[in-house]
Amino acid sequence: MSSTTAETGPSPTPPKARAGKSPVAPALRRKHRRELRVALAFLSPWLIGFAIFFAYPLISTVYFSFMHYDGYNPPSFVGLKNWTYILSENPYFWTAMRNTLWLVVVMVTLRVIFGLGIGMLITKIKTGAGFFRTAFYLPYLAPPVAATIGFAFLLNPGTGPVNHLLGKLGLPQPGWFNDPNWSKPSLVLLALWGIGDLMVIFMAALLDVPTEQYEAASLDGAGPFQRFRYVTLPNIMPIIMFAVVTGVIQTLQYYTQAMVAGQVASGTLSGSGQNYFPGYPGGSTWTVPQLVYNLGFQSNDDIGAACVVSLVLFVLAMAFTSLLMRRRAGLMGDD
Amino acid sequence: MSDTLTLDSAPSTSAPAPRTAAHRRAVRQRRLNWIAVHSLGIAAALFFLLPFVFLFLTSLMSDDQSLSANLWPQHWVWSNYVNVFKVPGFTDWWKNSIEYSVLGTVLTVASSIPAAYALAKFRFPGRRVAMMAVISMMMLPPQVIIVPMYLLWTNQLHLTGTIWPLVIPMAFGDAFSIFLLRQFLLTIPKEYLDAAKVDGCGEFTTLRRVVLPMIKPAVSAVALFQFFYCWNDFFGPQIYLAQNPGAWTVSYGLQTFHSAHHTDWNLTMAATLLVMAPVIIVFFFAQKAFIEGVTLTGVKG
Repeated sequence: MSSTTAETGPSPTPPKARAGKSPVAPALRRKHRRELRVALAFLSPWLIGFAIFFAYPLISTVYFSFMHYDGYNPPSFVGLKNWTYILSENPYFWTAMRNTLWLVVVMVTLRVIFGLGIGMLITKIKTGAGFFRTAFYLPYLAPPVAATIGFAFLLNPGTGPVNHLLGKLGLPQPGWFNDPNWSKPSLVLLALWGIGDLMVIFMAALLDVPTEQYEAASLDGAGPFQRFRYVTLPNIMPIIMFAVVTGVIQTLQYYTQAMVAGQVASGTLSGSGQNYFPGYPGGSTWTVPQLVYNLGFQSNDDIGAACVVSLVLFVLAMAFTSLLMRRRAGLMGDD
Repeated sequence: MSDTLTLDSAPSTSAPAPRTAAHRRAVRQRRLNWIAVHSLGIAAALFFLLPFVFLFLTSLMSDDQSLSANLWPQHWVWSNYVNVFKVPGFTDWWKNSIEYSVLGTVLTVASSIPAAYALAKFRFPGRRVAMMAVISMMMLPPQVIIVPMYLLWTNQLHLTGTIWPLVIPMAFGDAFSIFLLRQFLLTIPKEYLDAAKVDGCGEFTTLRRVVLPMIKPAVSAVALFQFFYCWNDFFGPQIYLAQNPGAWTVSYGLQTFHSAHHTDWNLTMAATLLVMAPVIIVFFFAQKAFIEGVTLTGVKG
């Protein structure tokens, strides 16, 4: 890292050389200035995008978080009122925070364990490997809305095939998306079904573990569990960390599935899609991003409060992003 | 099946070594392993594939039967797949989705390549900061900036209710695509670029003639990801298109299907499978590029 700052610094030549009027220094500086000009030319569309679609709305969100604004009348300054409203009065904020936290802990953990398990299984399968790989991967491709509606049908307590089969086997038939205690576990089940991304990442990581290490461990008398504990796990630890951190960031944004599952299960009529009030059943599927939508775009039009929730989400996401950048210096790719 | 079994036990037939008890135990162990692994594989495959099977069977039931708990269609009502297109708006949603996905993909690819190239191959002050900005944008939940963005598109530009608020930002580079392309560009040796420059190519010509052919796998992966992203997008259309049903995309329209049209599960399931179809078909044609892309996001870097 330190070498990069030296390289990218404006004057790579030591002051002594400059004083000695070495002919290299101006030539190098010219080269750097030229590179900067070309780089800026190539980057310019993205820089404009960064300003309009990232920097501006972010600053604007901070600004509105201190304003009362309904979207029609001019905004007026209200200090910390929106913040105290969200943190202490809004009836859904802490519910949404609790649910999002629950999903982050349970969904990410189970997805990483299951993804690793499926990844290991696929590296062991010798016959029909192509078929199994495609079968395991396919659900990940299903559009989230379609997959969620599909699961809402499969798991519907009245006539759904899953409860039908459970009944035939004499097993209990949960209410799934219609039962506050089962709605989040049902969403986890849906997330495990779409494990394909993690499977592929873990599969590639597992195949990269040097076989000599396994052979050496076997010679030392290590059984399968010891080989996993002392060879596999240390080798793929960076990938597990990557999967956990990106999983947390994704789950902080968890929106579509919770929204669609709640809406289909509740049977809400939704012509314009704005009539479903999030959280069905019993507030159990409220997530933080849904609260932004609810406050900013549904009945209330409370833009100041929506921006407060946005900023809470921003702080959480950036905390994990910085963790990711620190943990994996490689992400920056400073060769 | 039998192929692998004989292969696995091949040493016993080819080598005339005495069949010791230990050897027989090893062969049996291997067979048991094979059976255990493949039984697990079949169980997992059932978990992943049965949902598709049930959706498909339900999509072929008659209206009445789809409301029952039956699993198997009494009559195979293939006409459901025709009737679903008679649902008001359904064909428009397809048109809009294709427009959004194609335009979005083309614009993203075209605008992300130059930025990724600059970040991977040029040394300039602020390169690290720019890279951190890309990663921050990539990780930013879309809900964080949605309120001011909506106000901009509706109050200043008056474009809500059309796909433009979804498509136009894609002409300014997409952080994830830039990130992925850059990871791939880092693996290309600088000598190739230097050689092109010695031959008198400018930066732009070098990018177009030398670099682009070399990063084709990454470009197709990015194009696929973006196509899928647009096709699957729910949040964007809910914010910008909800007020104008004529502009809905399939991913957005689908959620209104079951409730709004009071149709039974059969038509809903037919529509659901149809919405899944393009993504799965595209995947089968471009499987390799796609898997490479997914791997690139996690492993390289």
